[in-house]
Amino acid sequence: MVYSKRLQDRIVDWLIAAFLLALGVSTLLPLINTLAISLSERAAVSGGLVKLLPVGFNLTAYEYIIQDVKFWRAFGISVLRVVLGGLLNFGLAILTAFPLSRTERAFPGRTVFVWLFVFGMILNVGIVPWYLTIAGYGLIDSIWALVLPGAVPIWNVIILMNFFRNIPKELDEAARIDGANPWQLLWHIYLPTSLPALATITLFSIVGHWNSFFDGLILMNNPDNYPLQTYIQQLVIADRPILHGGQAQLMAKLSNATLNAAKLFVAMIPILMVYPFLQRYFVRGIMLGAVKE
Amino acid sequence: MRKNSDRFSYYAMILPGLVLLFAFTFVPLFYSVIAFQKFNPALGIQGSPWVGLDNFLYIFRVRDARQVFYNTIFIAVMKIILLELAAITFALLLNELRYMRVKRAVQTMVYLPHFLSWVILAGILRTILARNGLLNDFLGLLGISPVYFLGRPDIFPWVIILSDVWKEFGFEAILYLAALTAIDPTLYEVAELDGANRVQKMWYISIPGILPTIVLVASLSLGGILNAGFDQIFNLYSPIVYSSGDILDTYVYRVGLIQGQYSIGTAVGLLKTVVSLILIGISYWFAGKFANYRIF
Repeated sequence: MVYSKRLQDRIVDWLIAAFLLALGVSTLLPLINTLAISLSERAAVSGGLVKLLPVGFNLTAYEYIIQDVKFWRAFGISVLRVVLGGLLNFGLAILTAFPLSRTERAFPGRTVFVWLFVFGMILNVGIVPWYLTIAGYGLIDSIWALVLPGAVPIWNVIILMNFFRNIPKELDEAARIDGANPWQLLWHIYLPTSLPALATITLFSIVGHWNSFFDGLILMNNPDNYPLQTYIQQLVIADRPILHGGQAQLMAKLSNATLNAAKLFVAMIPILMVYPFLQRYFVRGIMLGAVKE
Repeated sequence: MRKNSDRFSYYAMILPGLVLLFAFTFVPLFYSVIAFQKFNPALGIQGSPWVGLDNFLYIFRVRDARQVFYNTIFIAVMKIILLELAAITFALLLNELRYMRVKRAVQTMVYLPHFLSWVILAGILRTILARNGLLNDFLGLLGISPVYFLGRPDIFPWVIILSDVWKEFGFEAILYLAALTAIDPTLYEVAELDGANRVQKMWYISIPGILPTIVLVASLSLGGILNAGFDQIFNLYSPIVYSSGDILDTYVYRVGLIQGQYSIGTAVGLLKTVVSLILIGISYWFAGKFANYRIF
């Protein structure tokens, strides 16, 4: 009796495991299909023959991308915005969150400022006034248009502020007795204790900057200034193959579909590279948002 | 003396953030006055004629705008319902899984799409959903003739809703998984002694355990029902499916920026902003009242 119940239980375990594995794999099937297309020959792709494995395996598309000046220019702009935007987000999140984590007595006006930032976060003005504002500052076609408007990551500020507030006050007081000023307090006590939280919000910023395409589309008039996601959007979605760089004769060997698939895949690589870190930190990151009293 | 210099430091720290907040969030709010003008970029805000509420009256008159409003809410609400159902089911099943390695492997697979942009995913989906794409091949095995998923107004909203579920269900499940791990394991042990089976344990322990999280997510999602997912729809739609797929944000983009009707675009945007603010206010209030949630 007991034995049969265990066996039955184990069968259910296997079924659940099999179902979830199948679900996981099928979640990835679309990505595998794209990878297979990027590695297949022209005729097979046009004929719709490529499913999950490459047909007529070759690396022509990737060889082509390596020489594609326009692709790498866009890639470089994305890297630049990730670095610039990431640093700005990082610095401003810390500088804004720290004073907001103080008590109203230590920092008069703190509550008003918190509300101001929260209001700024949920206030989502339409894109037309947003565009006119940035155009008004003369930032069109400048890299700063991609990093300054979102330079204060308000949600990250709130996460960090809550994290700072949960750091034991004793540490704070001990440093005060030793005569530390707020800058020293932040540098020597708060930053070292907040490394996991800082890693999390930084990863959020990096992924956000890498993935955004819309600001590039409306704030850059010259396609040479497009970041990678905007470039790919125009190429693959809006179908403007003129953006493919390099020589035209190569196109005889390659179909647009193969080349586009390869570009989609190369654009995924940076995310795949940080993915292990993302997985480690983001579960914690979501929980960081919670207030503990 | 000490205290004053401390305060000065705090103000110095917060100043850059405040300046940027003002420059990029509150200044656009001033620009929103063009919703009450017939704005002409050549004349600027000072030179453009004021028209009162004409732009708003115009929006309520055109049929497009009403349809767009309906599409937005339909897609957003269906997304919330199906996404949460999928995430809850997935979390409950994953919680039943006893092989840790399998568990981790499954999580690694399903979280990935969340981190990819809609540009990349739309590029992939356009291939998968094509006439000779992977999904139609699969349907062909079941004897169903090819469907043009991205070109049929009756199907398009469901493509949007289900592809969003595909991208986000894993990530969304994290909240529920965390709530499940927080359940006291002795509850399950006691239930086992009482002879409860798997389904009973799930029904009487696991589900009540994640109920506060469900309430919280439901409350907070109220604030988002005017956001149907601009990035996703913008990269998947086409004029054939505007009738069922056009949402507020895509409409504002086309009318306001592409057609250059700045004032109309701003008026629609402003309406959305105001309604959203109210909804978010209500949703935070709900979340605070029923799930003890505070953002700070």
